[in-house]
Amino acid sequence: MKRITIDHVSRIEGHAKIVILLNDEGQVTNTEFHVTQVRGFEKFTEGRPYYEMPGITSRICGICPVSHALASSKACDAIMAVRIPPAARKLRELLHCAQIVQSHALSFFYLSAPDLLLGMDSDPATRNVLGVIAAHPELARDGIELRKFGLQVIESLAQERVHSSWVVPGGVNSRLLAATRDRILSELPAAKTIAERTIQFFKGALDNYKEEIASFGSAPTMYAGLVDAKGDLQLYDGGLRFRSATGEIIEDQIAPEDYANWISEASLRESYLKAPYFKPMGPAGGVYRVGPLARLNVADRCGFPKADAELNEFHQRFGAPAHSSFLYHYARLIEIVYALEKMEALLTDPRILEDHVRATAGVNSLEGVGMIEAPRGVLIHHYKVNDEGAIVWANLIVATGHNNFAIGRSVQQVSEHFIKGDKLQEGMLNRVSAVVRAYDPCLSCSTHAAGQIALRIQLMNRSGEVVDEISRP
Amino acid sequence: MSQKKLSIRIDGELISALEGQTILEAAKANGKYIPTLCALEGLTPVGACRICIVEVSGVGRLLPACTTPIQEGMSVITNSPKLTLYRRISVELLLVERNHVCAVCVSNGHCELQSMATALGISTVRFAYNYPKLPADLSHPRFVLDHNRCILCTRCVRVCAELEGAHVWNITSRGIHARVVSDLNQKWGESASCTNCGKCVQACPTGALAEKGRAVEEMVKKDDSIRSLAHRREVQA
Repeated sequence: MKRITIDHVSRIEGHAKIVILLNDEGQVTNTEFHVTQVRGFEKFTEGRPYYEMPGITSRICGICPVSHALASSKACDAIMAVRIPPAARKLRELLHCAQIVQSHALSFFYLSAPDLLLGMDSDPATRNVLGVIAAHPELARDGIELRKFGLQVIESLAQERVHSSWVVPGGVNSRLLAATRDRILSELPAAKTIAERTIQFFKGALDNYKEEIASFGSAPTMYAGLVDAKGDLQLYDGGLRFRSATGEIIEDQIAPEDYANWISEASLRESYLKAPYFKPMGPAGGVYRVGPLARLNVADRCGFPKADAELNEFHQRFGAPAHSSFLYHYARLIEIVYALEKMEALLTDPRILEDHVRATAGVNSLEGVGMIEAPRGVLIHHYKVNDEGAIVWANLIVATGHNNFAIGRSVQQVSEHFIKGDKLQEGMLNRVSAVVRAYDPCLSCSTHAAGQIALRIQLMNRSGEVVDEISRP
Repeated sequence: MSQKKLSIRIDGELISALEGQTILEAAKANGKYIPTLCALEGLTPVGACRICIVEVSGVGRLLPACTTPIQEGMSVITNSPKLTLYRRISVELLLVERNHVCAVCVSNGHCELQSMATALGISTVRFAYNYPKLPADLSHPRFVLDHNRCILCTRCVRVCAELEGAHVWNITSRGIHARVVSDLNQKWGESASCTNCGKCVQACPTGALAEKGRAVEEMVKKDDSIRSLAHRREVQA
């Protein structure tokens, strides 16, 4: 038996390592996906006032603080038992769309484009965002522009790009000015053009990735995502829908407060990341995926013309549901189109400018659950408080958690397909990492960790001696 | 009866001040700035924070300007490398003593401790953080006491006793174990003497006392009303 360790996996958010076990013939026998950080937000928030939670939990992540602030605020809304003002809801949705655009742009252009554009086997020294800028300057510029657009919308609404305190329990803390709305509306067409250009480019290049599409986590699983009553894609609100691997709706319109009836969490020996599964089917059968691919598989429609046209083409090409995790990249681009259309619809609704943007109340319910679609998938914040409003218990289920089992399986599939023999090749190593990257996992979030990623892969023999090693900074 | 006038020097400048004034009062009356943290106009000074320390010629140790009365011919230095060093150390020690996590504090951006740290150029602290495990008292229907943010300046104790006349607050224990307590160490919400006036909250320089429901960065203190109340009280007296 031989053991390969990829430590750390590069170009993801947070720290992970992969262990691949080989038999004496050099065939893959088992793989393990380890998330190596522990953070403890659920524990150290005990005793804090519930209304501090959006501020504290948004520090879980620097990429999607907006998602945590929103899920947390929704849980607090439930504790206050208030219905937030219509303008506040629209503003939160608008902020969330901007968050989806900037986060998806980051994942596609900065983290994954080096693999997609420069090739999985290209020189690791230039297989990074700088390599993309050198080889494809126009595309790199588009990526920077699109992410900038998302971040600037966030800034113009929330005053700060990262970790703002604009979203509060009961709504938001200031109204939208007409001038700000007009400025965002004037910048939308340029963002839409970039989104359109990128998706056309990607569709044109799909033939280059046939092997990846076939082998990157293409094993069917269930999917989970939020949809509205009509079955349309929802990112901010809606009920949770589970769709089977063959496309039937298994459960629909699960309310946030009922999530625990359908989702259970398993603890894994090799990882600090909990692994949720669909409760009625147990941990072995209840594997499901969340995130952009899952959302497009779960929803019937997007509800906007351009996004729906893209969604139809997507399913025509790859079936419904589409199973390859490589298609997460494609799905992300469709969701950018969707988010931009949704932003326009929100901004052209005059009620978004209303003054009343915050509902106030004390503790009216001792428990609250907030559920939204973060860029990487379903995010659940669940709090229990005492009469005084102090947190007595908290549970957070983040997108990467839901995908934990599926990522593990994808790693196994890619390893089996690409690793042959006991000589390590850089391209093989990168494909194993790339399948993890396809999920755009946020391990910082999932273990509620952050930092720079380096990569080291070791091949060890049974007695633990390193027989081969590749590393990169 | 007019008070006797004394002549002192502040930073070399000859100043005429009234007998009975503290160095801080004399400096203020003559447009001289001395940084303070625990002092609040209208409340009895206690010299708790040691930020207002000054050098006095002929005295071998640093003296708090807020509690040291002026004397004829006194020469005071309000700013020097030594003073800046000691003021910094005082603020750093406040920062390490408890959990002052500005990023998620209700008073972020509106906090006197934070502004003082910024003014003194504190970007890092030279001591190890203490990370005590401290509770927050959420029992009051309108207000919250968070011991994590308390610097024991006793403004709340003084404003409640001297202006409101209720004397709900006090300090229990000594040294590192000292805590603000309401009544006889009961929960604030169970205090029989609290009038719910909120002066303590407005007087508090940090996020230790705050209005319930204020999210991160939302607690802006209004201590002007305390100053004006104190001023009216002096006029009546």
